[in-house]
Amino acid sequence: MTTIAIPEGMPQYDDVPRFDVATVRADFPILDREINGHRLVYLDSANTSHKPRQVLDVLAEHYARHNANVSRSVHTLGTEATEAYEGARAKIAAFINAPSVDEVVFTKNSTEAINLVAYAFSNASPRADADPRFRLGPGDEIVISEMEHHSNIVPWQLLAERTGATLRWFPVTDHGRLDESGLDDLVTERTKIVSLVHTSNILGTVNATARITQRVREVGALLLLDCSQSVPHMPMDVVDYDADFIVFTGHKMCGPTGIGVLWGRAELLAAMPPVLGGGSMIETVTMARSTFAAPPARFEAGTPPIAEAVALGAAVDYLSGIGMRAIQWHEKELTAYALDALATVPGLRIFGPNVPVGRGGTISFALGDVHPHDVGQVLDSLGVQVRVGHHCAKPVCTRFGVPAMTRASFYLYTTTDEIDSLVAGLEQVRKVFG
Amino acid sequence: MQLDQLYQEIILDHYKHPHGRGLRDAADPAARVGEAHHVNPTCGDEITVRVATDGKVFTDISYDGMGCSISQASASVLHELLRGRAADDVAVVHEAFVELMSGRGQVTPDEEVLGDGVAFAGVARYPARVKCALLSWMAFKDAAARAGVGVSPTEVEA
Ligand SMILES: Cc1ncc(COP(=O)(O)O)c(C=O)c1O
Repeated sequence: MTTIAIPEGMPQYDDVPRFDVATVRADFPILDREINGHRLVYLDSANTSHKPRQVLDVLAEHYARHNANVSRSVHTLGTEATEAYEGARAKIAAFINAPSVDEVVFTKNSTEAINLVAYAFSNASPRADADPRFRLGPGDEIVISEMEHHSNIVPWQLLAERTGATLRWFPVTDHGRLDESGLDDLVTERTKIVSLVHTSNILGTVNATARITQRVREVGALLLLDCSQSVPHMPMDVVDYDADFIVFTGHKMCGPTGIGVLWGRAELLAAMPPVLGGGSMIETVTMARSTFAAPPARFEAGTPPIAEAVALGAAVDYLSGIGMRAIQWHEKELTAYALDALATVPGLRIFGPNVPVGRGGTISFALGDVHPHDVGQVLDSLGVQVRVGHHCAKPVCTRFGVPAMTRASFYLYTTTDEIDSLVAGLEQVRKVFG
Repeated sequence: MQLDQLYQEIILDHYKHPHGRGLRDAADPAARVGEAHHVNPTCGDEITVRVATDGKVFTDISYDGMGCSISQASASVLHELLRGRAADDVAVVHEAFVELMSGRGQVTPDEEVLGDGVAFAGVARYPARVKCALLSWMAFKDAAARAGVGVSPTEVEA
């Protein structure tokens, strides 16, 4: 396997924080399952992660002991539920180093978080009294990239349609990196927002954002980073990244489904008009008009996913307990191992960076011209769960000239043995379709 | 092994050596031609099916597409089974195939009617793959309708 040589003077291999994978695996009940008579080999964590007992317990405990609606009762249960919900917000704020707890808006998932920002633009655009940074019209530009998940493409296409703004995008290089060569022509005084994936869910690429951020600041635009595949896998510090918004989704980071996060700079959230109207987001309501609560409540209309938020707080505790640096390093080693192992499979082509640098533990590939559906089906018969298809990133498939890809993705509970099972399974695929 | 039920030799054979693949113009310029392009949005599989008919018989069925072994083999079987046959017969076969695929593995296929199509019985147990098997059959139905021939029973009656 590739050894990662670290220059002298830098922190060396042994200094890297580690954890015991077997102990971690014991926390995840589902990992004991058998699939088609084989030990489960779950290599689809980029799609959704599994949940440790610590999270499942908190979810059950919340409903069993503290169930009540939030922010609207004086009774004891209501107070407990509200404290748990707001406590989860505080944990998440600390997890991403948000300067203020009020910068964390709970949403259903990343998709809803991105749509929330897009609709805030939409709602601000026709209003002369709205903050000019959120007003879009013909001549204004929105910039995304060719490696986005559909949820960071479609909301902006729809926004462009509604406002007459123009959608532009960064291309992707043959190596699966963001092509920044046209940065200065792409991001200009006309740009209102740049919305980019931080870690690609299909190519695994971790985008270096510093140059882009600098350019975004120069032209006075806003920057949203889709961190759906970053926050679960590496330490995230929103101050350090100097973004304006980040989004992520609970179910990919050991949390439940139905809960996601929009983080935004306090000052920007305060300048945004509401998107969904209803209970809990108002200051006062008359029959003629309403005024709105300050963020984050302004963007959390209706009864929120309370138990899910609380359980996401537990997931953050769980991940912090192990350490995000340790998780990141574990996945880096797995990635290096997997890239080497996959290189031994005849006819296998990796899409995206083929070195374990500037990439995460998500590897998409083609096996000769065997269709990914067939690859996935044979692997499933051996208990190996991979994702096949276009991974909600069809433009990336088009960019690389294939209708679909097979993807293996790793997390803190993944082992090198499981990568060996994948490689052995691919041999079986070659036998069936060879 | 379970996998063998899904990937029957017949299916793999049609996949590796597809019959009648490639879109063709109708031999008879007076023929009514219909074409339909279907996509499986979950996996990106695509197929274009073109039919030529004199109103009674499907004189040609041609297709082109890309996709997994199941979707491509199924198109090849469709071509084998339905080309050159009368619309009434085609409706019977079409209905039998759709019924087989919707049967969650509980339907026993009739080889007299379905020919190599019986090999797809195992696919019906894999809900995620049923759409692959049906892709070309649904495209065929649309193409036939565009050529003015109904092949699903309700349309035949109408
Ligand atoms: C990069 C990226 N963005 C956005 C999403 C959307 O996440 P969700 O479906 O939870 O909204 C995903 C997950 O599929 C993703 O990987």
